[in-house]
Amino acid sequence: MLKLPIYLDNNATTPMDPRVLEAMTPYFLNQFGNAASRNHPFGWAAEEAVDYAREQVAKLIGADPKEIIFTSGATEADNLGIKGVFEMYASKGNHIITATTEHKAVLDTCKHIEKQGGEVTYLTVQPDGMIDLAELEAAIRPTTILISIMYANNEIGTVMPIKEISTIARKHGVLVFTDATQAVGKIPVDVNKDGIDLMAFTAHKMYGPKGVGALYVRRKNPRVKVTAQMDGGGHERGMRSGTLNVTGIVGFGKACELCMNEMESDAKRISVMRDKLETELMKIEEAYVNGSREHRLPHVANISFKHVEGEGLLMGFNKNIALSSGSACTSASLEPSYVLKALGLGDDLAHSSLRFGLSRFTTDEEIDYTIKSITDTVLKLREMSPLWEMYKEGIDLNTIEWAAH
Amino acid sequence: MAYSEKVIDHYQNPKNVGTLDKASKNVGTGLVGAPECGDVMRLQIEVNSETGMITDAKFKTFGCGSAIASSSLATEWLKGKSVDEALKIDNMTIVEELNLPPVKIHCSVLAEDAIKAAINDYREKNGMEKIKFEESVIH
Repeated sequence: MLKLPIYLDNNATTPMDPRVLEAMTPYFLNQFGNAASRNHPFGWAAEEAVDYAREQVAKLIGADPKEIIFTSGATEADNLGIKGVFEMYASKGNHIITATTEHKAVLDTCKHIEKQGGEVTYLTVQPDGMIDLAELEAAIRPTTILISIMYANNEIGTVMPIKEISTIARKHGVLVFTDATQAVGKIPVDVNKDGIDLMAFTAHKMYGPKGVGALYVRRKNPRVKVTAQMDGGGHERGMRSGTLNVTGIVGFGKACELCMNEMESDAKRISVMRDKLETELMKIEEAYVNGSREHRLPHVANISFKHVEGEGLLMGFNKNIALSSGSACTSASLEPSYVLKALGLGDDLAHSSLRFGLSRFTTDEEIDYTIKSITDTVLKLREMSPLWEMYKEGIDLNTIEWAAH
Repeated sequence: MAYSEKVIDHYQNPKNVGTLDKASKNVGTGLVGAPECGDVMRLQIEVNSETGMITDAKFKTFGCGSAIASSSLATEWLKGKSVDEALKIDNMTIVEELNLPPVKIHCSVLAEDAIKAAINDYREKNGMEKIKFEESVIH
């Protein structure tokens, strides 16, 4: 039975797996202790739960539990990782390399660093969303201390060649930070195989609760250190003070364990549905997939439907299907997606994009319903679109002098 | 952001979607907005040159639901009005009628601009001088 509304905005957040909630419940109730309380059973139980979760989290990414610093989420981990390295390695240099398609949590952190006297190179990406490795290497200076490239993009799902990036970085003695928020739990991520020194990720993108995430900080080869951005009781080996969110951490651990066991079969099943969705929607005239189709997360598709506007399109079905668009109208900034623009897409195509994020809970019926709804809406809106009419008449829209406003 | 019922109704059942013969002397066409900005409105009026009354109005819009609703509503209001009356349609009346939130006011401005552009096109075709309008400011 098809249940509406359908949720296909899983890059924004995922629903929690009921098994995660089940694991968390005791820690909301009688197991409420503070993990830092060393002298009574309540504290012991909490500490034990955190230790166990730390192992579950570490295992998913091939790390040692001691390398996991729990935070409030990926944004905090991005801040701690990048600012922490910038401050800790100030005597080595002040230059950071990142890319224009990074999440705002990275870009705005880098802008902050520029105000503090740091220098940042923002690499542009190729039309498929990938960075050019030669360009990356050429950007490395003697003062470069950190390369920050996301594992997978939140809007287009493009997976970056992290292993190749870290090989280049190591050659030059530069640390690698990666925001892996969208990748961990969806595709295999191994900090050792991938050569990652620091990595941010979060529970709520992998069927865990909101408000808890982690920063991975490498302990050997090389031993990486970050300066704390939050001062206080010296929790998390002095790198992140603040009473641990025990319940959230327990949920995060459980979510990681489930992903560890089910990621492979989930990805297989989900990518079949994603491919069906994409194949069917690409049958619509003038539809374009944004970003690499080859190097991509299995559950993501980003498609532009030329000559219809994204928000107008969403309105056709957003009572029944939850999706997001790169259209300016859906954001507070009134600018279309900077990620899509970085791919070289014209504003018109950026305005016409829809982002699909499937999940473990997505069903075939939901995909069939979505294909039909979107196809109907695109066709209906094109009947209403002056641009579509002009396109059909063979008018080159670029030759028209638009009264830009 | 929730849409008003009137916006939803115009979006779902748009009035007067279509195309008039833009080569006809009785038809005025206004094309405003730009694809880069995420909205383009084309509004057309057909005028009885003897009575100066607008006998038909059609639109096509590329844009969000509020832009579609604003142009749909504009065509409804245009039909049966004289050209002079049509010039008095103010964007704020569209805002009030559709309950547009502040971020969508530009949709109503676009509709007002489209009406004026269509009227000027009609005037020009019929040997009348174009009316100079003050630049709309809300963009």
